[in-house]
Amino acid sequence: MREPTTPPPVASATPLLEVDEVSVRFGAIQALDRVSLEIGRGEIVAIIGPNGAGKTTLLNVISGFYHPTAGRIRFEGRDRTRLRPYDVAALGIARTFQNVALFKGMSVLDNIMTGRLLKMRGSFLWEALYWGPAMRQELAHREFVERIIDFLEIEAIRKAGAGTLPYGLQKRVELARALAAEPTLLLLDEPMAGMNVEEKEDMCRFILGVNDEFGTTIALIEHDMSVVMDISDRVIALDYGRKIADGRPDEVRADEGVIDAYLGVSHA
Amino acid sequence: MLDSTTDTFPKLALHNAGRLSGKVAIREKHLGIWQSYTWSQYAEQARLIALGLAALGFTRGDKTAVVGDNRPALYWAMLATQALGGVAVPLYQDSIEKEMEYIVDHAEARFAIVEDQEQVDKLLHVRAQCPGLEYVIYDDPGGLRHYKDSCLLSLQELQERGRKFAEARPWYFDQEVARGAAEDTAVIAYTSGTTGQPKGAMLSHRNLIETARSAVSRERLDETEEVMAYLPMAWIGDHMFSFSQSMVAGFTTNCPESAETVLADLKEIGPTYFFAPPRIWENILTSVMIRVDDTARIKRGLVRFFLDLARRVERCRLGHRPVALRDRLLYPLGRLLVYGPLRDNLGMSRIRVAYTAGEAIGPELFEFYRSLGINVKQLYGMTESSALICIQQDGDVKLDTVGPPLPGVEVRVSPSGEVLYRSPGVFQGYYKNPEATRETLVEGWVHSGDAGFFDEDGHLKIIDRARDVGRLAGGTIFAPKYLENKLKFSPYIKEAVCVGDGRPFVAALLNIDLVSVGNWAERRGLAYTSYTDLAQKPEVYELIRQEVVRVNRSLLEDEALRGAQIRRFLLLHKELDPDDQEITRTRKVRRGFIGQKYAPLIEALYGAGDSVQVEAQVTYEDGRTATVRAAVRLGEAETFAVAGAPA
Repeated sequence: MREPTTPPPVASATPLLEVDEVSVRFGAIQALDRVSLEIGRGEIVAIIGPNGAGKTTLLNVISGFYHPTAGRIRFEGRDRTRLRPYDVAALGIARTFQNVALFKGMSVLDNIMTGRLLKMRGSFLWEALYWGPAMRQELAHREFVERIIDFLEIEAIRKAGAGTLPYGLQKRVELARALAAEPTLLLLDEPMAGMNVEEKEDMCRFILGVNDEFGTTIALIEHDMSVVMDISDRVIALDYGRKIADGRPDEVRADEGVIDAYLGVSHA
Repeated sequence: MLDSTTDTFPKLALHNAGRLSGKVAIREKHLGIWQSYTWSQYAEQARLIALGLAALGFTRGDKTAVVGDNRPALYWAMLATQALGGVAVPLYQDSIEKEMEYIVDHAEARFAIVEDQEQVDKLLHVRAQCPGLEYVIYDDPGGLRHYKDSCLLSLQELQERGRKFAEARPWYFDQEVARGAAEDTAVIAYTSGTTGQPKGAMLSHRNLIETARSAVSRERLDETEEVMAYLPMAWIGDHMFSFSQSMVAGFTTNCPESAETVLADLKEIGPTYFFAPPRIWENILTSVMIRVDDTARIKRGLVRFFLDLARRVERCRLGHRPVALRDRLLYPLGRLLVYGPLRDNLGMSRIRVAYTAGEAIGPELFEFYRSLGINVKQLYGMTESSALICIQQDGDVKLDTVGPPLPGVEVRVSPSGEVLYRSPGVFQGYYKNPEATRETLVEGWVHSGDAGFFDEDGHLKIIDRARDVGRLAGGTIFAPKYLENKLKFSPYIKEAVCVGDGRPFVAALLNIDLVSVGNWAERRGLAYTSYTDLAQKPEVYELIRQEVVRVNRSLLEDEALRGAQIRRFLLLHKELDPDDQEITRTRKVRRGFIGQKYAPLIEALYGAGDSVQVEAQVTYEDGRTATVRAAVRLGEAETFAVAGAPA
């Protein structure tokens, strides 16, 4: 559990994200079955569940990669069930991927700069000439990106090719790119998969830091239960596309349904 | 003698702000860009910090603990403290809480100015034990938003308070600076002692400024120099180069972006004045050679050829021998094709003066950099001498000396062989430790604890810690570390322990380097199963014997030490390991412990046989112990008399 130094989620206002009775069906497979959940502003919510439980599908629905077969999704109080990924990103939802999806041939800096693309305005001509407002804009974006580089402590690899980096660092660069979009809601799909203990600890520190420093709301899929317990305010458990638990980490860990489905500890 | 208008650092800074107002004093790479501050800004920032401290109730003689990576704000914090007649106490930024607690408590620091959240966390814990610490002031607010402790204050807030304070008392800062005197303590530098609690060496403004002046004039440094501030601020060396000399000469100090970016930042800055311990020189060389190995064969061949050539030329130069005509003709071509580009790639093309110090540097390493045309020199000093005692002079560089004493420094060697010195840089004493002061500072002379002697050219040569130096039964001086360093310069020898005090001759217990000896064995098709097995191969003994003989031959050049050649040696069946308490975590040999643990081996070296049975307890990483049995061979190495013939 996190220490109470972080502000409690604001309960009074509307939740940042409301998922209401959402179902997703791929042919005969019911990937999500009438899942409802809310994510409050400033929360860190962990989504757990066995393989095939529908965790990534849930993230994909929220980020607009899939459209729900039934149900509604509201973000900041407005219905946006059928938006496309581009529009979702413009609304302030950014994500990272289970398998790192960086532009491998580009430098770390350029990769992160792509996260700013949606914030860039200006005409093709000015951009081509790199003059006047175009230059000022580029400098402002670069400064923002440098703040993220500073925050995630990746100064030393700023100019390195993204493809040449070890996996743990690639994950960190991907997080940096997501942060560059200044998201209100950040979706992390297994941010710590395949990392060693030290890399995991670093990543935990950064996730808590992002939440604390930028006030970003975070939903993450994670399998490492000690990580889940350490950093999340709330845990949502899925199994066969259904939500089977939703509550404080210690409550969910003690939930017998969750233990049966996922944790695999025999209960007395 | 010091002029009373520039006899303290705050006065010097104000002097620089007038003399060099628009010149860059310090730079820091932040958000990917080098942010520069001129001498006027340097003085102004320190003024605001000082006024802020005054607003919090800072009085003359108060101490400020300064903790963090090299950052302009922390250098300003030291200056601000001194401006109010206070004492700066820089701490190692990687110290754990317990170590910080001891120093903060011992120094009675009322204020701490630190870099970031990491240090704030430590200082808050320290404060729970040391209530005398009243304020913790931080530079980088990242992650500190929700900290509510009343003792916490950001540097910005502090400077804001300083601004308000000055509105009512515009004269305050200048008045306090004017009250400062050369004899005031400027810094308490805690030594990271290997034994017991750290001791706080008090250094006055006079100590530091006079020492800095002396070196600045010897090396002809001026305000155009660029120096990298990347070694810990708590270490007296950084204080001397990045603070004292920078103030005296007016040159620019550059703070790297982070510890990992130092090499890249080095390249961007291109320092003209550079300091590194042998470990860093070695890292830089390794990173270059790896890249050379990755290049196409023709380039690799070219680089190898010209590096060998440069090394030959450098050896001749160091030995004051003439250079062969062919080499002399080819050298300029090498400069054009290899040395220049390589130097540029290392960020070292502008270096006028570079130092190595701290420990012995391998001759290969030293020759490599010098052969590229980089003016690397050795120096000798310690905290108690304001960092500098001896520096090699341009054009008079040797592999194994530290050069003649700086102007104003007197050095003599006591009858027991210990180096003693007296200089304007000699410290005021250990803070609150008169006993240790009395032991070290006798009638103005500092007992360095190092054993050494002067060679025929008046260069000081440091051979070992004085307490480790002994004598052979025949009366010859025996300096174990000196021999061990020579042995360890061999790529095949990883660790060495020499014994000989009170014995008829010197014997050595050696660890082979598993990687390089393993490679060597593979190339020869020599099969082995384990470390122990490899170490006991007769072929490996022969390989190491040649290395020992090489050391013995090189000892001939040393009049005082040539009697202490290594006659017998053995290759240990296991690696010396900190887990087994044989060496410290910083890889210093623990002689007493080894002497006891390996007593049977040592006795065998002085016995008649040619091998010895050993049984040893080893501790595995998980804490289990086991017993290893092996037969260890004893090797013989020829020794040389003065003429060069085997004795």
